[in-house]
Amino acid sequence: MSPRRTWPIAAGRVYVGVILFFLYAPIMVMALMSFNASEFYAFPLHFTLDWYRKLAGNAPIISSAWRSVWIAIVTTAIATTLGTAASLALFRYDFPGKRVLQVMLFPPIAIPWLIIGTAMLIFFFWVGIGRGTPAVILGHVALALPYVIVVVSARLQTFDIQLEEAARSLGASSWQVTRAVTLPWIASGVVAGALFAFAVSFDQFVVSYFLAQPGDATLPVVIYTAIRKGFTPEINAISTIIIVISMAVMLAASRHFKFGGER
Amino acid sequence: MALTARQTNALRAGVLLSPAYLWLTVAVFLPLSAMLFFSFLSAAPFTTDDWHFTTSNYTAFFSRSLYPDLLGRSLLLSAVVTLCCVIIGYPCAYVLAKQIKGRSREALFLLIILPFWSNSLVRIFSWAIVLRGNGIIDHTIEAILPVDVSINLMFSFPAIVIGLVHSYLPYVILTCYLALQAIDDTLIDAARSLGAPFRTIFVRLILPLSLPGLAAGAVLIFVPVAGSFMEPRILGGRMGTFYGTVIEDQFVAVFNWPLGAALSFILLAVVLVILGAASPVLRHAR
Repeated sequence: MSPRRTWPIAAGRVYVGVILFFLYAPIMVMALMSFNASEFYAFPLHFTLDWYRKLAGNAPIISSAWRSVWIAIVTTAIATTLGTAASLALFRYDFPGKRVLQVMLFPPIAIPWLIIGTAMLIFFFWVGIGRGTPAVILGHVALALPYVIVVVSARLQTFDIQLEEAARSLGASSWQVTRAVTLPWIASGVVAGALFAFAVSFDQFVVSYFLAQPGDATLPVVIYTAIRKGFTPEINAISTIIIVISMAVMLAASRHFKFGGER
Repeated sequence: MALTARQTNALRAGVLLSPAYLWLTVAVFLPLSAMLFFSFLSAAPFTTDDWHFTTSNYTAFFSRSLYPDLLGRSLLLSAVVTLCCVIIGYPCAYVLAKQIKGRSREALFLLIILPFWSNSLVRIFSWAIVLRGNGIIDHTIEAILPVDVSINLMFSFPAIVIGLVHSYLPYVILTCYLALQAIDDTLIDAARSLGAPFRTIFVRLILPLSLPGLAAGAVLIFVPVAGSFMEPRILGGRMGTFYGTVIEDQFVAVFNWPLGAALSFILLAVVLVILGAASPVLRHAR
């Protein structure tokens, strides 16, 4: 290859490296500071695990962390079940208004969460649900559902509907067809959808912020309040744990769902 | 009564679809309708019996320059962030889609997308740690150069832009990457073999073909940034008053929910206009 052709490629690689540095460096710095003894983030660094020890004794943060985890699990279970059922129907049946149902999935994704969150707050107060964990779960499931339906539907596109027809012609009931033929085929899509749902709920801040009861809030809301009041590296410690969890969840999802589309 | 096959199918589809769509209706579409209704009330009906219909919440928006100014400021922030993301992200997507091949491409792409799906609040917080005065930036520069520096970007407009670009950059890389890798390489090779310089190939071939992806990424950034409030609050401090933070205030501090609803709805109208204007281009995006 002539030198004229190789330098753009080298420059391209360097450029991607710079982007990765920009994306990861602040997260690394934030994590590094959770191991630094100074309460005021001062240099030089002195390694300590004190902030993690303090965190373990911080009852409000720990209890909100467990609340976040179980809200995410409940959200995942509901959104994955309802979303998979809806995807199956959208895939199998043709009916008038199907296009409308598909378009209905976009508002929860495309409208800023600030608008959705405040709208939920108004409506839930009006009908008497008010603030609190049930309201948070109602909201999280609604936000997660479109992602599950989109991901599972993408997987269903690779499924041959004739397999269902073959099973049915052999006498399988509708439920048997779903359980023995369709679900095993789309299992990886369902798993990816579930992981997306977990991530949407576990990382959700805006909607939780408006719907959570003060004193009974999810982890991101507690962290936001702490950041605004003035914080110590304890917040770095819990933030480091969160980022590790949410990146692990997405890594797991990436094994079942190609973000870059089929190649 | 026996059902026809058509009716059975309709019934089955209904059973499978209704839980999900009922949920979406109760948790998204009814709330949005309720908010529209609410924005025409003088007071929240569950706080007082003394309420009536009024358009004063909307006239309040126009009667003072405060709200239109803040909306303008938020849209400006959106424009700046979107522009930065596109300028920084497009070349990166190009390198990934057209220069790097095989497994390393997949791995790099995943590394870029991964932060986008991780906690956005925590990532904004990480910038608060990086940008604070007498922080890591000062120490790094002082370690390399023999000068005393004091760079304090925290609580400024640039700080908010940096944080938001960090949050949304992967979006535009994702959409541009999908559009760019759909371009057939043989087209580019054909143009090159006919003697077209890269500039011409880019302007006449690559850019037009990847425009839908670029537009999709731009819209997907512009819209949520216009409604952002957490990022300006954390990174902007007193500089961080935007349209989104004013809406937040109506709901959590001032408790003027009808005004907040009206302000939210004006933002929604702006968002819908933007989505509508972009839809001819977006329809070609994947």
